[in-house]
Amino acid sequence: MHHKNFCTSAPLQTKNPSELLLGDQAVARGAWEAGVRVVTGYPGTPSTEIAEAAAKFPEINSQWAPNEKVAMEVAYGAALAGARAMVCMKHVGMNVAADPMFTASYTGVSAGFVIAVADDPAMHSSQNEQDSRYYARAAHLPMLEPSDSQECKDFTKIAFQMSEELDSPVVIRITTRIAHARSIVEVTPREEIAVKPYEKNMAKYVMIPAMARGRHVEVEKRETALKNAVNESPLNAMELRDTAVGVITSGVSYQYVRNALPDASILKLGIVYPLPMSLIADFAMKMDRLIVIEELEGLIENDLKAAGIACEGKTLTGVQGELNVERIKHAVLGTPLPDLQTSDLPVRPPALCPGCPHRGIFHVLKKLKMNVMGDIGCYTLASLPPLSAMDACLCMGASIGMASGAERAQGKDFSKKTVAVIGDSTFIHSGITGLIDAVYGSEAITVLILDNRITGMTGHQHHPATGFDIHGNPAPMIDLEALCRGCGTEHVRVVDPLDLDETQKAIQEETARDAVSVIIARRPCALIDKTKQPPCYVDGCKNCGSCLKVGCQAIERKGDHIEINAALCTGCGMCSQVCPFHAIHRGGDSQ
Amino acid sequence: MKCLNIVIVGVGGQGTLLTSKILAQLAKAQGYNVKVSEVHGMAQRGGSVITHVRIGAQVHAPLVAAGSADYLLAFEPLEAARAVSYLQPDGKLIVSTQRIPPMPVLSGTATYPEEPYQALLCASQAVEALDAYAIAVEAGSYRAVNLVLLGVLSRHMEFPEEAWIDAIAACVPTHTLETNRKAFMAGRKK
Ligand SMILES: Cc1ncc(C[n+]2csc(CCOP(=O)(O)OP(=O)(O)O)c2C)c(N)n1
Repeated sequence: MHHKNFCTSAPLQTKNPSELLLGDQAVARGAWEAGVRVVTGYPGTPSTEIAEAAAKFPEINSQWAPNEKVAMEVAYGAALAGARAMVCMKHVGMNVAADPMFTASYTGVSAGFVIAVADDPAMHSSQNEQDSRYYARAAHLPMLEPSDSQECKDFTKIAFQMSEELDSPVVIRITTRIAHARSIVEVTPREEIAVKPYEKNMAKYVMIPAMARGRHVEVEKRETALKNAVNESPLNAMELRDTAVGVITSGVSYQYVRNALPDASILKLGIVYPLPMSLIADFAMKMDRLIVIEELEGLIENDLKAAGIACEGKTLTGVQGELNVERIKHAVLGTPLPDLQTSDLPVRPPALCPGCPHRGIFHVLKKLKMNVMGDIGCYTLASLPPLSAMDACLCMGASIGMASGAERAQGKDFSKKTVAVIGDSTFIHSGITGLIDAVYGSEAITVLILDNRITGMTGHQHHPATGFDIHGNPAPMIDLEALCRGCGTEHVRVVDPLDLDETQKAIQEETARDAVSVIIARRPCALIDKTKQPPCYVDGCKNCGSCLKVGCQAIERKGDHIEINAALCTGCGMCSQVCPFHAIHRGGDSQ
Repeated sequence: MKCLNIVIVGVGGQGTLLTSKILAQLAKAQGYNVKVSEVHGMAQRGGSVITHVRIGAQVHAPLVAAGSADYLLAFEPLEAARAVSYLQPDGKLIVSTQRIPPMPVLSGTATYPEEPYQALLCASQAVEALDAYAIAVEAGSYRAVNLVLLGVLSRHMEFPEEAWIDAIAACVPTHTLETNRKAFMAGRKK
């Protein structure tokens, strides 16, 4: 079988040069073309590559912020001071950044200010499936939703323009299948836009009640005007085909609908807040059956119903997970869902890498039967078998507060068998205030900071405690020990998490104290540590299986003995400390 | 409208993303439209990964629908089994035979199936199974499994050999080009 004619019409022609870009990269490209000068954010799948791509443009001042709130404030400050600015985050990051965002809606901007947010339907890499479209409504911010990489670029440019015209931050909302889909984008040169002079305007920017009242009126005026204007916007487009079924949709769902229901008429929304209600009413009138196809919550559907426009939506598609062509065909046409035939296969969940320093910590915590208040990062993978060593994981930074709360519920003794476990990037993001609270509340909790010198889970981004910036250039390094002491923690010590005896001793001693203590478990991520050791080897195996309990992919039972996969083993030697028969030897030891 | 649909599956860290990047680069250079849907983030830590590639005059959905893949490129037999339902009735599975046991198998709570994908295929679906790992090692790097499999796939597509090599050159670091080219040719000529 030779594939020749999969393409029936003439090959693609573009006027301008084109590039293959991820949706994330296209958002960055659009911002660059729009003359953006400042881009900041905090990593978070699927948004991370926006700031990473922006950092590659020398004209843009780019930096990782310690968290999304600071990022929002920095970008806002830049826009206030006259430079086009953008801030990037994942959906849950918007919770962290919501406080400045809601009031930035009141003050408006000087230069264009764009907020890029990436939702994660199906939770490929997230702890919840929240729908950031609610934020646009709650904060009265216009929100655009592109449906491929080209639109990611185009809409981002339009967003900057809208932001200045409307005197409002504008939100670009994408989802995983847009953010991490690569497609062809026509690129154009950058528009150089001068920094506006800094202007004081207290009535506009000092949000004390007397002035905020005046600004709230402006927000309402702006929104009323926009509610009319969106009916005329080319971003909201009617595609009239067969009128038996009309679909209102946006983002990646539009693409699925095009394949699932090729004959259906479509109203494609590029602006998802505010909705073009008269255009929608117009479209609805032309259709025999009206269906809203949207991922996550039924926001558009609810608005239609509130306006008395009959439609179907969530009763057909449901609110769980992401949509696809098959699900839409099933929902609308009743086509049976495919049988994936995978239920009998052993699963392959992600796991801690061979040589991962986190493994040592969780092995010890499990051995000591500790209660573990967990946090978010690679180390959350230790909640899976065979380690299964985490009791709770809520959101970034929550571990420390949860440990304090548990002590308040159960009493001081509870903290003698409990730890909070938090990554270095997560501690900087939102663990510091939890630690201050614990000290202030005279708790006796023990905090383990798993300092692998990087933001691991999201693909190795630097943060303020690594000593490097977003470009990989040296930067001032926050000293974690000094930071913890500065927060009032008297007992701060550093251990090597792959030295199991030392780690166990530290955990036992620190949890025994009646005061807050911090153990910094310091060893670089196995994927960035270039100092490789020779692989471990087995000699004298009794097949007891103790080493299998550490959950390392390099260790495998082969019939009556254990083998170590030399291609995967990093030689970290943790398993050699676990073997009760001393049958696992470090590669450096003589054979 | 007809698209060429390719699904690429493997284990996080095996280099599936480079394969899809080269395919997209090639399609673009040859004047086609293309969409690639990738997996970043958590699954890359040794979990099952899947990449969808769609090439055509106009591509809408970034995901290949079940039962519509022309090719399934599998870096690992168990992952092939997990994704067989993507293949269309006369689709083709190209699979590397090197097994990578997942954690439940390593820790003894599950067993690796004897023939993971064989029973799931229907008679009209063709299979080409090869030890891409061994071929890659012979070509100079165990990391080049992706290029070996791409070489096998290239035999089924109309694009000229130079176009493939150009696309590879555009996507890999210069110092690895020679090994990658060798691995690709080993798969292509096999
Ligand atoms: C508010 C918020 N922002 C971003 C993320 C995405 N995210 C998940 S874990 C993590 C950081 C992980 O880094 P670290 O704490 O250093 O742990 P590691 O993965 O290196 O073990 C990030 C950025 C998130 N879940 N929530």
